[in-house]
Amino acid sequence: MIIELGHFALILAFCLTLPQAFFGLAGAAYRRPHWMAVASRAVAGQFVFTALSFGCLAYAFFQNDFSVLYVAQNSNSELPTFYRFAAVWGAHEGSLLLWMLVLALWSVAVAALSNNMPQAMTSRVLGVLGLISGGFALFILLTSSPFERLWPAAADGRDLNPLLQDPALAIHPPMLYTGYVGFSVPFAFAVAAMLEGKLDSAWARWVRPWTTVAWLFLTIGIALGSWWAYYELGWGGWWFWDSVENASFMPWLIGTALIHSLAVTEKRGLFKSWTLLLSIAGFALALLGTFLVRSGVIESVHAFASDPGRGLFILVFLAACVGGALGLYAWRAPLFKSNVGFAPVSRESFLLLNNVLLVAATGLILLGTLYPVFLDALNLGKISVGPPYFTVAFLIPMLPLVFLLAPGMHANWKKASFDRKKTLLMMLAAAALVLAVAVFWIAYDLHSVLATVGIAAALWVAFSALVEPIERLRKGHSLSASTLGMCVAHFGLAMFIVGATTVESYKIEADLSLRPGQTAQHAGFDFTMNSLRNVTGPNYDAIESEIVISRDGKQVAVVHPQKRTYRVQTNPMTEAGIDVRWNRDLFVAMGEPLGDGAWSLRLQYKPLIRFIWLGALVIALGGVISVCDRRYRQRVGATAAAPEGAAKTASVS
Amino acid sequence: MTPRRRRMLLVGLIVLGVASAAAFALTAFQENLLYFYSPSDVTEGKAPENRVFRIGGMVTEGSFHRPTGSLEARFVLTDYAHNVTVRYSGVLPDLFREGQGVVARGRMNSDGTFVADEVLAKHDENYMPPDVADTLRKQHDKRVTTPIPAN
Repeated sequence: MIIELGHFALILAFCLTLPQAFFGLAGAAYRRPHWMAVASRAVAGQFVFTALSFGCLAYAFFQNDFSVLYVAQNSNSELPTFYRFAAVWGAHEGSLLLWMLVLALWSVAVAALSNNMPQAMTSRVLGVLGLISGGFALFILLTSSPFERLWPAAADGRDLNPLLQDPALAIHPPMLYTGYVGFSVPFAFAVAAMLEGKLDSAWARWVRPWTTVAWLFLTIGIALGSWWAYYELGWGGWWFWDSVENASFMPWLIGTALIHSLAVTEKRGLFKSWTLLLSIAGFALALLGTFLVRSGVIESVHAFASDPGRGLFILVFLAACVGGALGLYAWRAPLFKSNVGFAPVSRESFLLLNNVLLVAATGLILLGTLYPVFLDALNLGKISVGPPYFTVAFLIPMLPLVFLLAPGMHANWKKASFDRKKTLLMMLAAAALVLAVAVFWIAYDLHSVLATVGIAAALWVAFSALVEPIERLRKGHSLSASTLGMCVAHFGLAMFIVGATTVESYKIEADLSLRPGQTAQHAGFDFTMNSLRNVTGPNYDAIESEIVISRDGKQVAVVHPQKRTYRVQTNPMTEAGIDVRWNRDLFVAMGEPLGDGAWSLRLQYKPLIRFIWLGALVIALGGVISVCDRRYRQRVGATAAAPEGAAKTASVS
Repeated sequence: MTPRRRRMLLVGLIVLGVASAAAFALTAFQENLLYFYSPSDVTEGKAPENRVFRIGGMVTEGSFHRPTGSLEARFVLTDYAHNVTVRYSGVLPDLFREGQGVVARGRMNSDGTFVADEVLAKHDENYMPPDVADTLRKQHDKRVTTPIPAN
């Protein structure tokens, strides 16, 4: 009964997207305040019913209602309660419902926090979001309903995919979706601005916090996915250039470009059309990612639901959204000319280069991701593009980007002279180079020139990011949240680069065979297998080995890697044993029994790998800080016109 | 230098930079295109000699061989028409099993075996990599009498 209620609630939610879209768009077009008010009511209703629908599905999981097909396929009575909740988004149907819920959340947030915007703008944004919600609701109802009954009911479920039974992966999809779906908000704002025919710096100020929040969730989501892949897949890698990773990374790159181009649009009224295009592109890539993952056109860990019907629906939806938005752009773009100029060396130029390089990187990744799909679709043979391509194609635009970052951060708007900061920047560059060479000479026996260059550039960025905050602090000046956020995010980027470069240049990996009592030497450490024993978990059995790691006779750590067999799906799973220090990981994963008590083991030494995820978190933190900037909460011209209203707005948001 | 010449020089440098970057990227692209072949293609000599490619098929039942305590594995990949012997040294993926579809990346050895750098086996027992499923379907269409595992 509950599950039918969920289904019905979803149908109602779909029905409510129609007035949301119609009254939102038409109300703004004909300037009817009552219609526009209906749109924001519809949003609230849509959210309530979507949440109810999601709640019903979650309830079915809690109750182990195996008469529901989706529950029977993705849960089991032995599954721990926490994972029963995570199992709601463990497969295609439920994760789409999560997508829909997140979109409803974003819509409600826009409706609730938009007191500083004119009603027509809010209304148009909600209208566009309504169209997107409607499309997705229809997609779920027509092709991927999680509310199908299974008759006769299964005695027990087929269990959640063991790979997904992990805390990081339980929260990875919600984070990632919040980011992915969040790009629909700047998209909706872009469409609204084009419909309105007006795009000023106030508009940029409204969009910026939304874009930043979506982007920071995407950052966290991607980082969580990478961290999970590292310890759960048993390969010890943190990024594979897998098509689905690319699908999430491309919107991130475009989102990063958008954040920077929005800064120019807000401060200088420039790059308007470009900002619109990026807003459209970000959402288009998020939809493309969904298409790639859900249609089964690519081979990937994530491609669990291959169904041509679903793929076709998303493709048509993508074409409608992007085609419509681009058509509107072609018609309206001439309205957004700006007449201000800027000198060749200025912050505008640096940000322009930032955008060009980020878009180039996205384009190259897109080429590598889609080329095999196209060839396959045209029956021209099956190929895949190897990871080395992506590494090279990504580094080509990223190296100059990192080098331009340090001076870019300190360039002035309109015309940058660097008079005051030239010496300081040069000194920091020299210090970064010396430090990069010295530290890596001592610690890692420097042998990669490219890595040293990359690390020196990253250190330069890190130092330069600290200049402004330290200077302001010393002089007792206040520092705006958005400047501080920028500095923190760039510092995080530097941490990430240092981590990624060091790991990729100085990691030491080996596969070898070991039996209890034996010792293997690897990367200067002794790995001794003490024992093998059987372990029983709630829904799995495992073989666990105890590996003692020592250096020069002194014990460093004991790790317990496992090889698990989940009882229902009977897939073997690797639980790596990892010894974590701030400056390195020692990674041990069990392979397979080789007979005679011996096991194949994967031993890896990963220097500074924690900096990768820590850096990503610091980048996200920078986003959080910059969103807190006070100017995002101010009503346009409110200080003079309506101080009362402004105070109210500030307290509400 | 006049401002005009300086501008020309700047434009020239940018063009040069972009051109060389594009050249690098395209070379990397060309070098890293991995073609996919079935055991039949390999037997018929369609696969390249000195180039990394991917091969996919089912691991023949009873063909997996690995000396005790060693990482050197050897198994036969089949598309139920032709077989190719694959050699691999290292940890095999969790889902590697006889009778399962796998994809291996590597190159042909002079003795006619395929030396893999990487072996991929994905998903649960009902799953087959799309490429492998396609290959098997083709073989199936060619000779309808061959039994094909349900998928």
